[in-house]
Amino acid sequence: MAELVESARGKPPGTSFVNDPKVRSIVLQLLALIVVVVLGWMFVDNARENLAAQKIATGFGFLDNTAGFGISQTLVPYTETSTYGRAFIVGLLNTLLVAVVGIILATVIGFLVGVGRLSKNFVVRTLSATYVEVLRNLPPLFQILFWYLAVLSALPSPRQSISLFGEFFLSNRGIIVPRPLFGEGTALVLWTTGFAILATVLLSSWSSARREETGRGLPMGRIGAVILIGLPLAAMASTGFPITFESPELKGFNFVGGVRVIPEFVALTLALSTYTAAFIAENVRSGIQSVSHGQTEAAHSLGLRSGQTLRLVVIPQAMRVIIPPLTSQYLNLTKNSSLAVGIGYPDLVAVFAGTTLNQTGQAIEIIAVTMGVYLVLSIITSVIMNAYNRRVALVER
Amino acid sequence: MKRLLSTLALAGVFGLSAAGAQAAKLDQVKSKGFIQCGVSQGLPGFSTPDDKGNWTGLDVDFCRAVAAAIFDDPTKVKFTPLSAKDRFTALQSGDIDILSRNTTWTITRDTSLGLNFTGVTYYDGQGFMIRKDKKVNSALELSGASVCTQTGTTTEQNLADYFRANNMTYEVIAFATNDEVVKAYDAGRCDVLTTDRSGLAGERLKLTNPDDHIVLPEVISKEPLGPVVSHGDDQWFDIVKWVLFAQLNAEELGVSSKNLDEQAKSANPEIKRLLGSEGKFGEGMGLTNDWGYRIIKHVGNYAEMYDRNVGPDTPLKLARGTNALWNKGGLQYGMPIR
Repeated sequence: MAELVESARGKPPGTSFVNDPKVRSIVLQLLALIVVVVLGWMFVDNARENLAAQKIATGFGFLDNTAGFGISQTLVPYTETSTYGRAFIVGLLNTLLVAVVGIILATVIGFLVGVGRLSKNFVVRTLSATYVEVLRNLPPLFQILFWYLAVLSALPSPRQSISLFGEFFLSNRGIIVPRPLFGEGTALVLWTTGFAILATVLLSSWSSARREETGRGLPMGRIGAVILIGLPLAAMASTGFPITFESPELKGFNFVGGVRVIPEFVALTLALSTYTAAFIAENVRSGIQSVSHGQTEAAHSLGLRSGQTLRLVVIPQAMRVIIPPLTSQYLNLTKNSSLAVGIGYPDLVAVFAGTTLNQTGQAIEIIAVTMGVYLVLSIITSVIMNAYNRRVALVER
Repeated sequence: MKRLLSTLALAGVFGLSAAGAQAAKLDQVKSKGFIQCGVSQGLPGFSTPDDKGNWTGLDVDFCRAVAAAIFDDPTKVKFTPLSAKDRFTALQSGDIDILSRNTTWTITRDTSLGLNFTGVTYYDGQGFMIRKDKKVNSALELSGASVCTQTGTTTEQNLADYFRANNMTYEVIAFATNDEVVKAYDAGRCDVLTTDRSGLAGERLKLTNPDDHIVLPEVISKEPLGPVVSHGDDQWFDIVKWVLFAQLNAEELGVSSKNLDEQAKSANPEIKRLLGSEGKFGEGMGLTNDWGYRIIKHVGNYAEMYDRNVGPDTPLKLARGTNALWNKGGLQYGMPIR
């Protein structure tokens, strides 16, 4: 059989290279590539010529011009005198913030609901099923508007804000929390915290390795807590507690001082993560159900408890089924974040493909860049998730 | 693969030919039988659809006036509702023939977008609306306020300039459409709503309790609003420009849709030229010589158009102010027809 295939692929004696399948396929692919490149170039050139003929500005010079508009949430310093390029970065970071927080929340909610759907408890099972069926069947924009307008109308104005210890405030301007002020010696505290985290991670991986070998691990829960809380606390005490908090204060229309989480961000993140979680829950359920019941029975007969069975036997095998569709959900969440413009959250589309486009009028460049950004974000997510997928995928012996 | 290639090639040829020769806009409009007019997604007084889908408003009437001049029929207009941020792209790509959507004339828009502003149908300025119970009487007391506005307009930049110039802080929340701005303001997300003052008068009507809100006296910018056409067709540019001038001249000469037939018999040469019984001005633009007569007959002069849509007797209650004729203390000035 193998010889047959080999001889069919190889070049039979006496035929010219025109009939050689290998040569032909390379030539055809080259031709196709040339046609695509030439067509692409013709499109670009044609567009540029037409734009020039109509005296419509082209190029990317506008990125250095002054933006001259305000943005309500900026993760990097930005003022009205910053450039359009800076506004682009602000919008990009706002999009990334929603995507990252949304993905984390959606994963947590999705796993809980997905496991809940398989629960033996009637209430948990029914609630989870209702959650999935309601949330995944309503359009996301509608859910975003619901969270925004429903929550916004229910919340009081800044003057009547709901306050917690006089430090945390909740109103229709968002959630206001004290702002940390970093005094002298903060660096030491941060380094110590970083060291504590690293030490915990290393110790726990050493502990699990030892458990695999000898069956005895360290009580990592307690040790980790001591390291993670004790070390930074000690560092703070030794530097005289350098991190202080600035309390928000109501002055005029709004709170001054403190850090504010704007309601647009809360509404968007909540809506996107609960919506996507409904899909993730179904992925998780299908993953768990794909693991044959024999595995559970085998684990039980080895003496593992239910929780351990789920954690150590079922979930790791289920992950192989869960990961690929999970990646798609992460991509969907990232792309759906562009619905932000509906509620005035300053994401990339609102700031760059919205205000910047309108002020400069350079639609082609801006839309191309915006599409490019989403493409790159999606590809990065895919690459990371595919790498993770290769790690958990079934290794055939 | 073969199919993909042929599709690509077809798309390429199509893209090229579509970009090639273009017929004159007037001929295109005449052959399709209507004008495609870009308007807002609903701004009372300027362009708003009623429950039967009929559009009304100052901006709408202007497009009807152009249709009247070309077709002798003000209904030969199709309206495309556009958000502020999509409007110029729609005009540049040729989806619409005229953009009549309370659009501010600025140098950037006039010189770098491939567009021509044909005139000013409404002289406006940006203002602020606020709840009465905030007890604010001047825009200078607005430091620290949250401000709602629509993205893709000149207002965002004016707002930034005004607060910066007066050393005040603010937070801006920009929404994609007018309706979202109004909803967020109504829900208390922001203290202040800002847009052109004529727009504020219109938006106020959409609020739960319009009387709980006031428009502050400050006008922080110049917002000359007018129709826009694409670069590259001077004949079309001329027609749209002169339709407005005809309406302004008609008001100045006292010619209205009510006394039109009486005035048509007038011996006044200016009226004769406006209504086409003297001179061949319409033909010069590719229209008929009674183009002015048609506009006044179907849509009326500028005063009629103004009073019907935004004037003191409408819910918007906007006084003529800067929009009065030049000889009555305003800025509206129709270039002479001769």
